[in-house]
Amino acid sequence: MTEMSGADMVVQALVDLGVDTVFGYPGGAVLPIYDTLFKHPTIKHILVRHEQAATHAAEGYARSTGKPGVVLVTSGPGATNAVTGITDALLDSIPMVVLTGQVPTTLIGTDAFQECDTVGITRHCTKHNYLVMDPDRLGPILHEAFYIATHGRPGPVVIDIPKNVQVATGTYSIPNRIDHKSYRPQVDPDADAIAAAVAMIAASERPIFYTGGGVINAGPDASAALRQLVALTGAPVTSTLMGLGAFPADDDKWLGMLGMHGTYEANMAMNRADLIIAVGARFDDRVTGRLDAFSPNSKKIHIDIDRSSINKIVPVDLAVVGDAGRALDALIAAWADKGHKARDLGEWWRRIDGWRATRCLDFPEKKEDGAEIMPQRAVKALFDATRGMDPIITTEVGQHQMWAAQHFHFDSPNRWLTSGGLGTMGYGFPAAVGAQIAHPDRLVICIAGEASLQMNIQEMGTVAQYRLPVKIFILNNQWMGMVRQWQELTYESRYSNSYSDSLPDFVKLADAYGWTGLRIDTLGELADGIQTMINTPGPVIVDCRVAQLANCFPMIPSGAAHTDMILQPNDIVGTMDDEAKALV
Amino acid sequence: MKIRTEAGERHVLAVTVDNEAGILAKITGLFSARGYNIESLTVADISADHALSRITIVTSGPPAVIDQIIAQLDRLVPVHSVTDLADGGAHVEREIALVKVAGSGDKRIEALRMADVFRAKVVDTTLSSFIFEITGTSDKVDRFIALMRECGLVEVGRTGVVAIARGSEAL
Ligand SMILES: Cc1ncc(C[n+]2csc(CCOP(=O)(O)OP(=O)(O)O)c2C)c(N)n1
Ligand SMILES: [Mg+2]
Repeated sequence: MTEMSGADMVVQALVDLGVDTVFGYPGGAVLPIYDTLFKHPTIKHILVRHEQAATHAAEGYARSTGKPGVVLVTSGPGATNAVTGITDALLDSIPMVVLTGQVPTTLIGTDAFQECDTVGITRHCTKHNYLVMDPDRLGPILHEAFYIATHGRPGPVVIDIPKNVQVATGTYSIPNRIDHKSYRPQVDPDADAIAAAVAMIAASERPIFYTGGGVINAGPDASAALRQLVALTGAPVTSTLMGLGAFPADDDKWLGMLGMHGTYEANMAMNRADLIIAVGARFDDRVTGRLDAFSPNSKKIHIDIDRSSINKIVPVDLAVVGDAGRALDALIAAWADKGHKARDLGEWWRRIDGWRATRCLDFPEKKEDGAEIMPQRAVKALFDATRGMDPIITTEVGQHQMWAAQHFHFDSPNRWLTSGGLGTMGYGFPAAVGAQIAHPDRLVICIAGEASLQMNIQEMGTVAQYRLPVKIFILNNQWMGMVRQWQELTYESRYSNSYSDSLPDFVKLADAYGWTGLRIDTLGELADGIQTMINTPGPVIVDCRVAQLANCFPMIPSGAAHTDMILQPNDIVGTMDDEAKALV
Repeated sequence: MKIRTEAGERHVLAVTVDNEAGILAKITGLFSARGYNIESLTVADISADHALSRITIVTSGPPAVIDQIIAQLDRLVPVHSVTDLADGGAHVEREIALVKVAGSGDKRIEALRMADVFRAKVVDTTLSSFIFEITGTSDKVDRFIALMRECGLVEVGRTGVVAIARGSEAL
């Protein structure tokens, strides 16, 4: 075996692991690796403008391709800037490997220049992390890190590499097979549990599938299996924010998203069901609402790859630990095996149709050309205009995110990229960059809020540098709308610090970065504006001015039950008791 | 508004882990981050090649929380196994304390007499002090220390609990 430098080993391992793209930002402690990457024939390095953006771009890359995202940053501030995206990836189970530079081993612990305890800081926001003290360990650790990031419940892994370990030479080795000593996630579901699950589904009169990001993580085949199982059983489907796209929104079994800003029919069906089949979803508080009122009369089956998700929040009747796709396949096989036929769920569907009749996503609006644009209308128009173009949609965080989730519809997985668990403002734009890098010819649109966008707006430079045709569609309500909405609901409209003051002129900003900028002010300009955005080659920012004070409904106020949804603005009381105020 | 907490029962968990840097921080950090109790925690490597450590954790919580603690520990990459010793039936628990008592006269005699009752050993003595070594369940150690407070207790060091299941089976 030939000796090579640690930096060369890192890059060799990336090549061997099939990595084609690295999102990063250089600095003293990673210069050796950057030197190896200089004019590298196969690995493309995308230079971001802030390390947080590198992590979100890697997430966007990962979520839109199913492959792990790779990040390279320097020690100290490079690593700390990456922490938000690492945590975001942990909460949304996104496979990601982050390489951080570290001060030389001889200086660790001395408060050296740009030293920080990266392994300590990231210990609880990674699935696993490493500090590599010996170049010979680089090969095995990199390979193991990719295995851990992508197997079981995916997540971020940090590898902290001191500078002298990058410079020193050693032998590069690849473990023949990653058979981890202790980390062996269960992927194949238990056959007895599957048999029990099928019997429960077949016996149910009011079943509902409640699916989540785990179905997306399990790959496109899992989404296909979900469709098949739903067709076999005839049961309705709802999904979390993270699971949108696993089931086609135009299917008549689709009830829309559930939870705080979910549809009335999805939440009512969850509440009245006699069986919930949770697949790759984790009963998050945004989904359950008030726990003691959550689906009180149902039996619950929970399929999840992470045993710690089971019984964490809601006690379930049957646990199926395993990969969502394999579990769905096993359910389909067992259903056929037992010769089950879809039950007559007519009565259940009649009740669901009753809830659907509230048309909970309708919103009041004026229709004349000069009218202000309702944000929901803007999302609907965007959806209509891009039909058939199979766009990838990312969002920032806030009202616009929820409106996008409600009014933009997906037929397939990996098209919807949003920060669910951490709710990170500043995610959407860099995630769009990552998705566009992975899919250079696809239409990638970030639906943004004017406040969130400013959290990583510097990435306009990255987009210009790599000539990415990313489109940003701002639902500009000139408010941190979601904050304002809560203040309206909870604090008698005392709008403390939620106004988006001193906004830049986004059109001029576009100009400054060499983008195309355009502004849409009235309903009459909406359709044309969107067409111009789509037809303009290269990056476009659209400042779409929308009604400033629109609120996002339906809504389950914090601490309320699924059955206590606020459907329309005039249901708002404006105050809340302390118990409810204390909930996020 | 008042913040509520739930009471629960005591459990002893035996956790085998890779003996690697930062593992203890990972385990204790998990407890603090998720708001679980640690009443006692001991750790030492247990394999001939020093590759594995055994951590004994005494914690308390309602059954659902204990289940969560076990599941959360189990999914950490360097964790090999987690066993709730209460689950497996009978187990043996021991703790060692070194207890320094200073004084003279009756108190000194009383201290020695009680040490004898508790089967504590004298491991150091001066004309005005003893150091006792006591081994037993935490409860017994607690009771001994409480009595020694009346007899001139000046310092205590305790190891925390180690525990192992009865019978011939390994974890
Ligand atoms: C990094 C971060 N800081 C703060 C918040 C809290 N927060 C949630 S939504 C929101 C306002 C978002 O405003 P905007 O991007 O304009 O979206 P809108 O709600 O108006 O659509 C804030 C401050 C957050 N989610 N993320
Ligand atoms: Mg806004």
